[in-house]
Amino acid sequence: MANLSKSNVPRFSVDVYQNEYLPEGAGQVDAVVTVTATGGGTIGNAVTAPHLYSPGEGPSAAVVLMVDCSGSMDYPPTKMRNARDATAAAIDALRDGVHFAVVGGTHVAKEVYPGGGRLAVAGAATRDQAKQALRRLSAGGGTAIGTWLRLADTLLASADVAIRHGILLTDGRNEHESPEDLRAALDACAGRFTCDARGVGTDWEVKEVTGIASALLGTADIVADPAGLAADFTQMMEAAMGKEVADVSLRLWTPVGTTVRFVKQVAPTVEELTDRRTEAGPRAGDYPLGSWGDESRDYHICVEVPPAGLGQEMLAARVSLVIPRPDGTVENLGAQGLVRAVWTDDVAASTAINPQVAHYTGQAELAQVIQQGLDLRKAGDFDGATAKLGRAVQLASASGNADTAKLLAKVVDVVDAATGTVRLKAKVEEADEMTLETRSTKTVRVKK
Amino acid sequence: MSQMPQQAALSKCPSCEEPLEAGDRFCGACGYDLSAVPARPQDQPTIAMNGSVPQPSPPEGGFPPPPPAPPAAPSWPAAPGSPGTPASSETHRPDAAGHGATEGSAAPFPAAGQQGAAPAGTGSPAVPPAQAAPAARPSGVRLDRRAQQAAPTAPPPPPTAPPAAPPAAPPAAPQTAAAQPAARSTSRTAGHPAPQTAPAAGRQGAQPSPASPAADASRPQQAPGGGVYRPAQPEDYPLQAPDPRVAAAEPVRAAPRPDPAPSTAAAETAEAESGTVCVACRAGRVDDDGYCENCGHAQPRERDHMEQECGPVAAVSDRGLRHHRNEDAFAIGTTTLPDGSPASVAIVCDGVSSATRPDEASLAAGRAASESLLAALPRGTHPQQAMHDAILAASDAVNALAGEPATAREHAPHQNAPACTIVGTVVTDALLIVGWVGDSRAYWVPVDRSAPPARLTEDDSWAAQMVAAGLMGEAEAYADQRAHAITGWLGADAYELEPHTASFKPDRPGLVVVCTDGLWNYAESAEEMAEVVPADAHLRPLHSARVLVGHALDGGGHDNVTVAVVPFPAAATGAGSA
Repeated sequence: MANLSKSNVPRFSVDVYQNEYLPEGAGQVDAVVTVTATGGGTIGNAVTAPHLYSPGEGPSAAVVLMVDCSGSMDYPPTKMRNARDATAAAIDALRDGVHFAVVGGTHVAKEVYPGGGRLAVAGAATRDQAKQALRRLSAGGGTAIGTWLRLADTLLASADVAIRHGILLTDGRNEHESPEDLRAALDACAGRFTCDARGVGTDWEVKEVTGIASALLGTADIVADPAGLAADFTQMMEAAMGKEVADVSLRLWTPVGTTVRFVKQVAPTVEELTDRRTEAGPRAGDYPLGSWGDESRDYHICVEVPPAGLGQEMLAARVSLVIPRPDGTVENLGAQGLVRAVWTDDVAASTAINPQVAHYTGQAELAQVIQQGLDLRKAGDFDGATAKLGRAVQLASASGNADTAKLLAKVVDVVDAATGTVRLKAKVEEADEMTLETRSTKTVRVKK
Repeated sequence: MSQMPQQAALSKCPSCEEPLEAGDRFCGACGYDLSAVPARPQDQPTIAMNGSVPQPSPPEGGFPPPPPAPPAAPSWPAAPGSPGTPASSETHRPDAAGHGATEGSAAPFPAAGQQGAAPAGTGSPAVPPAQAAPAARPSGVRLDRRAQQAAPTAPPPPPTAPPAAPPAAPPAAPQTAAAQPAARSTSRTAGHPAPQTAPAAGRQGAQPSPASPAADASRPQQAPGGGVYRPAQPEDYPLQAPDPRVAAAEPVRAAPRPDPAPSTAAAETAEAESGTVCVACRAGRVDDDGYCENCGHAQPRERDHMEQECGPVAAVSDRGLRHHRNEDAFAIGTTTLPDGSPASVAIVCDGVSSATRPDEASLAAGRAASESLLAALPRGTHPQQAMHDAILAASDAVNALAGEPATAREHAPHQNAPACTIVGTVVTDALLIVGWVGDSRAYWVPVDRSAPPARLTEDDSWAAQMVAAGLMGEAEAYADQRAHAITGWLGADAYELEPHTASFKPDRPGLVVVCTDGLWNYAESAEEMAEVVPADAHLRPLHSARVLVGHALDGGGHDNVTVAVVPFPAAATGAGSA
């Protein structure tokens, strides 16, 4: 008899990397926390593990595909066609039994399939019907992404499922509603479902797309060539199908008198979480991590503790993982990590920087200087842009972030990567610049 | 076993019914927290481990498990006469600890002891002429030349010690409880009780005829000098019936148990009683990880401050003020030699901070060395050989740690093998043995302060080597940055283990101060050390050990501080109380 009381979540582990030694009078404690989820549970064995669910099965899930149908999608017409094909490919990647819907987005959102405020259940018949419905997609109208998200939220809420996910495709700027409207929609949807966002072509606003993905704890990327959409959608859907547990939160306990300087995800991408804290009891707060499959992510936590005397040791933070339930209770996932502070007069110990912390400090700076460099470039400050992007080249080279280094090389001519000496390219493909900006937050892990 | 309500003054331990005395904070037998006031002083998280739990098991029985309260009482096999005296519950009296048992069976003791001991004087007539103290070495023990050089400056060696030494009192002194105080006062006034007459000294070095021990037992006391009460120590002691007193002498060890979590029985009891309130903020509860739920501060660990008294020997170890954990360890104990004479043992180890798990290294070394000594001495192994073997045993114990899977994370791949220094002393009624590797030291401080004190060890340190090689003056060498780099240690990565041992025959009572550099950094020379040692140190060893640790803390406490105080000559029973 199956053990029904056993929670169907992967096993989580927490590893803390830090230099706990502080010099006298110092109080800033940095730590990189690696959270790893591996499958387990009652289904499968050691051979088929680490997946919690055997192939073809999975947790109850619902996915809404939001496809931009604004007028610009017809320029060139291949864009609309590719978007249709990509959506069809994504539908093919749906696991049987997953609830899904397709939303066509313009200045308003309308249900393309199945309609009637419902979600379809994936199966051979519904997939065919959905693909038939996609043929009716036509370009025309404006862009108001907030309305798409709100409709997706309504649809997703209609099903009682564990995983709720959205996939959003846009090709243009969010011109038909105010940024405040989009912000409000994102705030309303945050925590209710996760969403991956993609920009196709080069006429969309990078910060809008990355902002959506960031707020809804999904991924953002550029698909400059519409022909690449189908592959990207399939990959996105497969990732969504791999999610096994939703709404995981990182619970951070800190002692009295401690200030949390920041909490950010640093791998696979840089994601600021500091402001997303919700209080959870005395001296503890929760930071949303979204849904998890078999994966590992790194978080950089920085807290300021009141300095104690030499030889003292204290717990600067305790990291644990929880799943908050609607009824106010939480499910503790068991894993926890301790961030410590030990004051010493051993200079060698206190001045050492943990390699993980150093690496991710560099990766976070890399993302920041790329952003700043591109902003300065747009603003016409070429000297400033050169300095920032030069620093970016230096950081990417030193940390082994080859992907970002390649993207940078399309925007600047690298004279010497080690010193960060670069020249801005006179002519830069818009797609290259947008790709760099969109992917600037991608990080690599510490070389082992 | 009725549970008594907690109150300030208990006559019996509520846990094991052991009799208590006013002022006790923990039960001497089971470690039960007797304090009615839960709050513990913030800066003195002392867990008074007085080590007086009767351990019926022989030395190889391993370390005492967390004292199981109830069984303690019935398992006192060797103390027939003792129940009346609550000696074992005494924490801070010199006569506490394992000597309760000896005391209890003291009646037959003097006779037997003297009988066994006295013949030694005549048991080896063929002794060579008197030699200087260090001459007495069993083969196989490495001579430490520098130590020998140091010796002449020390009080010990006078080859012809005053034959006028009070002839009658000393022999009895260490062996009967009643005589002890008198003997001590005598020694203080007389100034030279330990009567190392020339023949006696010679005898120590002699390889006695195999027949002598057997003869010893039957021969009546006829020591000519009267002061000779120590038998010759053959290296291969003929097998004889185990001396019941050996078991009764309760070699008590002080080294704390390695695993802090389950071992702190006393502490846990104490914390449970007091609601586990954080000692730092006094507001938060302490969580399972040992941190305060409110202020996050780590709670004091067992090893942060340790004290132990074992008969006439006492030791104190403190984390100091600058280090975050105590990487020192000590082990003390007393035992009885085959001839019935007492012997005190103290081992002090200092973990090498730059190595991995130095705290485990020092603990293992101290434990192994004291176990080795306490097992070897009652078998009749010559103390100096026993010390040599003990250092080797300690080395093996530390080396064994290197092979164990490191608990450290993989991101700290660059790690040295666990390592520590060691210094130890064995004090019998006539001999003073020191042995060491590294820069932990032993000092001799005579009771009569008009006699010169001496340092008994020679550091395995860069500076000491420079000075010894004549390459630098002492001032210059010790001013160098490399001065304190040690050139010898116990550990798998030690170049070559060279256990130094030295034997002394002090001609007067005194005190051996065995310490880590956490203390001697604040009292480097023998004279400075002697100034810090309280005048009544031989009477109140625990107190003086605390004073010495306090001296280091007052000086800044830059390192872990550990000191053991061992009075010479070894006393079989504690001095009479009060």
